Amino acid sequence: MTELTLASAITSGLRHALAEDDRVVIMGEDIGRLGGVFRVTDGLQRDFGADRVMDTPLAEAGILGTAVGLAYRGYRPVVEIQFDGFIYPAFDQIVAQVAKLHYRTRGVVRMPITVRVPYGGGIGAVEHHSESPEAYFTHTSGLRVVTCSNPQDAHWMVRQAVASDDPVIFFEPKRRYWVKGEVEDSMQSAPPLDSARVVMEGTDVTLVAYGPLVATAIDAAVAASDEGVSVEVVDLRSLSPVDFETVEASVRRTGRLVVTHEAQQFGGLGAEIATSVTERCFEHLHSAPVRVTGHDVPYPASRLEEHFLPDLDRLLDGIDRALSRVNSLTGWSAPEGRTA
Amino acid sequence: MSSVVVSSSREVDAASGGAHVEPARLQRPGEQLVTMLAPDGTRHPNPSLDHFVADLTPERLLALHEDLVTVRRIDTEGVALQRQGQLGLWPPLLGQEAAQVGSARALRSDDFVFTSYREHAVAYCRGIAIDTIMPMWRGTAASGWNPFEFGMAPPAIIIGAQTLHATGYAMGCAKDGVDSAAIAYFGDGATSQGDVNEAMVFAATYSAPVVFFCQNNHWAISEPVGLVARRPLADRAPGFGIPSMRVDGNDVIAVMAATRWALERARSGDGPSWIEAVTYRMGPHTTSDDPGRYVDPLEREEWAAKDPIDRLERHLEQLGVLGDAHRAAVKETADATAAAMRAACVSQPDPEALTLFDHVYTEPTAWLHRQRSQYEAYLAMFEGGEEA
Ligand SMILES: Cc1ncc(C[n+]2csc(CCOP(=O)(O)OP(=O)(O)O)c2C)c(N)n1
Repeated sequence: MTELTLASAITSGLRHALAEDDRVVIMGEDIGRLGGVFRVTDGLQRDFGADRVMDTPLAEAGILGTAVGLAYRGYRPVVEIQFDGFIYPAFDQIVAQVAKLHYRTRGVVRMPITVRVPYGGGIGAVEHHSESPEAYFTHTSGLRVVTCSNPQDAHWMVRQAVASDDPVIFFEPKRRYWVKGEVEDSMQSAPPLDSARVVMEGTDVTLVAYGPLVATAIDAAVAASDEGVSVEVVDLRSLSPVDFETVEASVRRTGRLVVTHEAQQFGGLGAEIATSVTERCFEHLHSAPVRVTGHDVPYPASRLEEHFLPDLDRLLDGIDRALSRVNSLTGWSAPEGRTA
Repeated sequence: MSSVVVSSSREVDAASGGAHVEPARLQRPGEQLVTMLAPDGTRHPNPSLDHFVADLTPERLLALHEDLVTVRRIDTEGVALQRQGQLGLWPPLLGQEAAQVGSARALRSDDFVFTSYREHAVAYCRGIAIDTIMPMWRGTAASGWNPFEFGMAPPAIIIGAQTLHATGYAMGCAKDGVDSAAIAYFGDGATSQGDVNEAMVFAATYSAPVVFFCQNNHWAISEPVGLVARRPLADRAPGFGIPSMRVDGNDVIAVMAATRWALERARSGDGPSWIEAVTYRMGPHTTSDDPGRYVDPLEREEWAAKDPIDRLERHLEQLGVLGDAHRAAVKETADATAAAMRAACVSQPDPEALTLFDHVYTEPTAWLHRQRSQYEAYLAMFEGGEEA
C-alpha cells in the first residue's frame, strides 16, 4: 500500500499496463515530455520511450482514428483527451467507428481502446474545461463508460479499462486529481469494472453519485446523519453498463432514491437511473426519485459555476425532497406561461 | 527567388526537388522568410511588397510603436492580474506583438476577425474596450464585446474551429458582392486539426475572400512545431490551391505588407491567401503552464534578440524620430491602459446567480423556465442568512 493522489494512482496504473503488455501504447497531446497538462503521464515517455508514449498532433479525430487503425493491428491504444470539452472533434470516430466495429464484424474486430478524459467542473476554468459529457457516450451502444472517485479505484479501474477488449471511455474527475488515498497495486481485491459500490450504508434514502460528486455525497450523508437521517451512498463507478443490481438492492432497502451528477439534467444519467429503478422496484418506492444535477444551460462562466454544480446543500435539499421534509419546493408552484 | 515568396504548388514542387528535404533546415527561418525590418533595425527594400507599406510614414511607424508597447503592457498586466487572483487564466502574447498588431492594423473596420484565445492585441487594435476583453478570463462571462460592433467574433478556444467560421463568413461576403474580407488567426498546432484543413478546402472551393493568418510561435503548449511539420507550414496551402507567404512575424512592417497583400487578393476576387507569421512564444502557453519542462532557454534567448519592439525602436532611432517625448507619451498611454484594465477588472462584480439561465434560447423554454423558478425557490431558502 502506498499513499497516492488520484492522478498519480492513474499514472501508476498506466505504468503497470505498459509494463504488462507491450501492445499497450499511450497517445495524446502534450503527454510525453510535459507528462500531460495534469501530469498523469509524467515520466512514462522517459521510461517506456516515445514509441509507446506518443505525443500526437493536435487533432482529436486523428488521434481516435489512428487508434482504430492501431487496434486493427493488434495494439491497445490508451488515448488521452486533454479536457472534456475537446473530445467533440473525436466524437465521430468514437461513436461511428470505435463503438460499432465489433458489432459490424460480428465480433471479429475488437477495439480495446481506452479513452481517458479529465472531466467535470469546480476548478474555475475557462470555457470547454469543465464539462461532463458522459451521457453522449452512455447513449452510444458498444462503449463502456466508467468513472472513478478515489485513488484506489482510479488505479484498479484504469488497468481494467486497458485490459478490456471493449472500448472504454474513462472519465477522470479532474477536481479530485489531488485527493490522496491508500493504493494497493495488486488486482486481487479489485471489484469488476462494471460494478457499483455502496460506500456508506444507510436506511432512509439511497443517494447515487459518481466521479467528483461521490465525495460531496458522502459529506451530505454525514451532515444528514446529524439530523437523524440515514443515507446510503452508492458510487456508481460504471455508467454504462450500470450495475442496477446494487442500486436496486439499495433502493429496496431504503425506499427512496436521489441521483446526482454535474452534467445537465435533461436526457442525463439521472433520468435513466430514476426510470430504471422505478420500473424495477416501483412498489418499494415511498416517493418519486429526485435528481440533483447541473442545470440545463451550457456550462457557465467560472464565477457562476457554484450555482451550476450540485453541492452539499443542494444534495441535502434533494434528500429532504425524497423524504418529503420541508425543502426548497415546499409551497413552490410551477410558474404560469413560458416567461417570468 | 525574389525576397517575396508567394508559393504556388509548382514552386513548392520545384523547391523541394523531390521527396528528400532535410526537415530541420526547413524549420529554421531560411531564405524564404520575408523580412523587411531586420533585427538591427535596418529596413530592407522589397520590390514586391514595398508598395503595400508605402504609407508607413515615420508618424505611422510611431503609432505602430505605441500599439506594440501598449499591447505588451496589457499583456504584462494580464499576467499580473492572474497571479493576484483577479483573473482565472491569461494566455500571454509576449513576443507576438508585431504579428498581431501588423496584421490587425491592415484590416478595415468592415472586415471580420475570427481569432483563438491569445489575440488580445488584435482585439485592442479593433478598438475593443479593455474592460470587455477581461470578463472571459476573469470568469464573469463567456465572452465580452459585441462581435458585430467591432467586427470580431469571441475568441475560440476549440482549436481551429474559427477557421471554418471565417471561411463561411467570407463566403457570405462574396455572395453579397461586398469587398469585405474575413481573417482567421490560429496557431501552428492548429494546422493539424481537421477543421483547419477543411477550411482551406472550402475556401479554395468557393474562392472565399478569407485570410488564413497562422502565427507560428513554435509551440503548441509543449509540442514543438517540428513534431508535426516536415516542411514550413506555409508550404501546405499551395497544395489546397491557396497562395501563401512566409513572413517574419516579429517584423511589424513585413506582417502588415503580407496582410495587405492577402487582403488585396480577397477584395479583388482572387480568393483565399495563407500567411505564416514566424514568431516565438516568449512566455508560457498560459499562466497555468510550466515551460521550464520543455523549452530550451537558449532557443528563447535566440528569439529575444529578434524582439519585435526592439527592432522597430532601432529603426525609429535610425530615422531619428524616436524622441524622449514620444517615449514618455507612449509609456503614459501604456500605463494608463494597464491601469484602466486593472480598475475595470477588480471592480467587475460576479454575475447574479439567476443570469445563469439567460440566453440559452432566443425565448426561454417551458422546461428551463420551470428549472429557473425552482432554483430561485432554492436560493430563497438562504435569504437572510438562514440555513435550509
Ligand atoms: C480541440 C482542442 N484540443 C485541445 C485543446 C487544448 N489546447 C489549447 S491550446 C493548445 C495548443 C495550441 O497550439 P497552437 O495552435 O500552436 O496555438 P498557440 O497556443 O501556440 O497560440 C491545446 C492543445 C483545445 N483548446 N482544443
